[in-house]
Amino acid sequence: MLSVNGIDTYYGLSHILFDVSIRVEKGEIVGLLGRNGAGKSTTMRSIMGLTPPKKGEIIFKGEVITGKKPYILFRKGIGYVPDDRRVFADLTVDDNLEIVYRREETWNKERVYSLFPALYEIKNRKAGFLSGGEQQMLTIARALMGSPELLLLDEPTEGLAPLIVKDLEEQILKLKEAGISILLSEQNIKSAMKLVSRAYVIDNGRIKFEGTRAELDENEEIKRRYLMV
Amino acid sequence: MDIVYSVLPPQFLSQVLVGLSRTTILFIVASGLSLILGVLRIPNVAHGSLYMIGAFVSYSIAKLFGGGPSSYWWALLITPFVIALISFVVERGVFQFLYEREHLMLLLLTFAFSLVFGDLVKLIWGVEYKSVPVPGAFQGFVPLFGGIPFPLYNLFLLCVGPVVALILWFIVNKTKIGKISRAAAVDREMVGAVGINVSWVFATVFVIGCLLAGLGGVLVAPTVSVTLGMDHTLIIEAFLIVIIGGLGNIWGALLGALIFGLSQSLGILLWPKFGIVIPYLAVVVVLLIKPTGLLKSTW
Ligand SMILES: Nc1ncnc2c1ncn2[C@@H]1O[C@H](COP(=O)(O)OP(=O)(O)O)[C@@H](O)[C@H]1O
Ligand SMILES: [Mg+2]
Repeated sequence: MLSVNGIDTYYGLSHILFDVSIRVEKGEIVGLLGRNGAGKSTTMRSIMGLTPPKKGEIIFKGEVITGKKPYILFRKGIGYVPDDRRVFADLTVDDNLEIVYRREETWNKERVYSLFPALYEIKNRKAGFLSGGEQQMLTIARALMGSPELLLLDEPTEGLAPLIVKDLEEQILKLKEAGISILLSEQNIKSAMKLVSRAYVIDNGRIKFEGTRAELDENEEIKRRYLMV
Repeated sequence: MDIVYSVLPPQFLSQVLVGLSRTTILFIVASGLSLILGVLRIPNVAHGSLYMIGAFVSYSIAKLFGGGPSSYWWALLITPFVIALISFVVERGVFQFLYEREHLMLLLLTFAFSLVFGDLVKLIWGVEYKSVPVPGAFQGFVPLFGGIPFPLYNLFLLCVGPVVALILWFIVNKTKIGKISRAAAVDREMVGAVGINVSWVFATVFVIGCLLAGLGGVLVAPTVSVTLGMDHTLIIEAFLIVIIGGLGNIWGALLGALIFGLSQSLGILLWPKFGIVIPYLAVVVVLLIKPTGLLKSTW
């Protein structure tokens, strides 16, 4: 589905990602774990074309997509949920969903609202007035409106209350059941471990570990050094 | 009526209407400027040029249709599309490559464009004054308030203002392109990341904004002598209106236009000699009270 092959990404002159490689197969949830500032968001931005890598190659569904514009990538089936939420604050919840480009009909408002009933209750409220949890649901719902085949979920549980995190985890699993592949970034390894089948650990812009959930669970060294467990 | 006139003299009421018809023109032009400023973040100095070109084009079109009393309607119908076409070419040809530049750079570039447009107008239409016929149905005056004659065409302008405001409200709040452009005004990167080609959104907004400038030009044409330089005063007024209203806020443009238009017309009534400075004083007062503009800015 997705393969990121040895990318190097910069913000201006600062070199952030070094030779990062990641694979996501169809229908799996893959973790991208690392502490604050490790390079998780930059990796997500690189894949989405928001901060295109200077070196390396990104392949999606067999096609090289490196350097393509974000709107094109969305239309090819990549949904992006940024870590800083970024709902369209001035628009209502419903309009946030309304304006999204519709690639196909697999997902529509009805299906999105049935996944997040709480959003339906507040569909006429301006997104800027939502709570953190509601905004997070909305950014996921918004990405779903494009019927993505791959979802980039950047720290979805960050800053949310435990009860809401639990709901969100269930919803993410439902997305997996619906056949969507997910690259999930997390600092919160506890939450991630419930969801992922494989994981990468990133630190200082370099991939330090790659393996199944069980392998990571056993690797105390990696967990202690990079994930503060 | 006499009771009303004892509080509000007829001259005063008449000047209020004059001010409101001026407000119509100011609002139409300034709302276009504000739209472009809010969504594309371009302080488009050439906006005034499109207003001027609108007036000149309407002269030519009216002439083409015989220059009679009904020829103006053709000008009103066709000119906005001509201006839309010009602005479309300019946006796709040049401006679309400039969005990431600094504001000072954009200010200079659009200023350069206004000079080029000025020269082109001179080349095409020459330096003489042009006059555009007042449409037949609105020629002459009606006695209003205590019999003071009021130009019929200004009454027409008074009706056009609210119609344009309503259409704009509808586009901005109820249509998809309006919603998208409101989102893009705040976070264009994220709009791209939900599959929207922001470049075309910008092109559309730019064309709508410029079309408003052109419309302002056509509407003002029968009331003034159409001449080179009419872009300069207007662009300054329009920028001031946008600033006091709140950058990028269309209702701010309406409020700013009201303040500007009314203080202009009433200033002349109250203080004939220095009346023209009153709108500028009003701007200073507003900015002292609320430096960020009266309504919420999108910046
Ligand atoms: N816009 C930016 N400009 C410059 N440096 C940035 C920018 N965003 C992030 N960085 C830097 O890039 C590194 C990786 O950041 P990020 O990818 O956001 O990490 P994470 O998402 O894992 O917390 C950090 O050192 C951060 O300071
Ligand atoms: Mg991050």
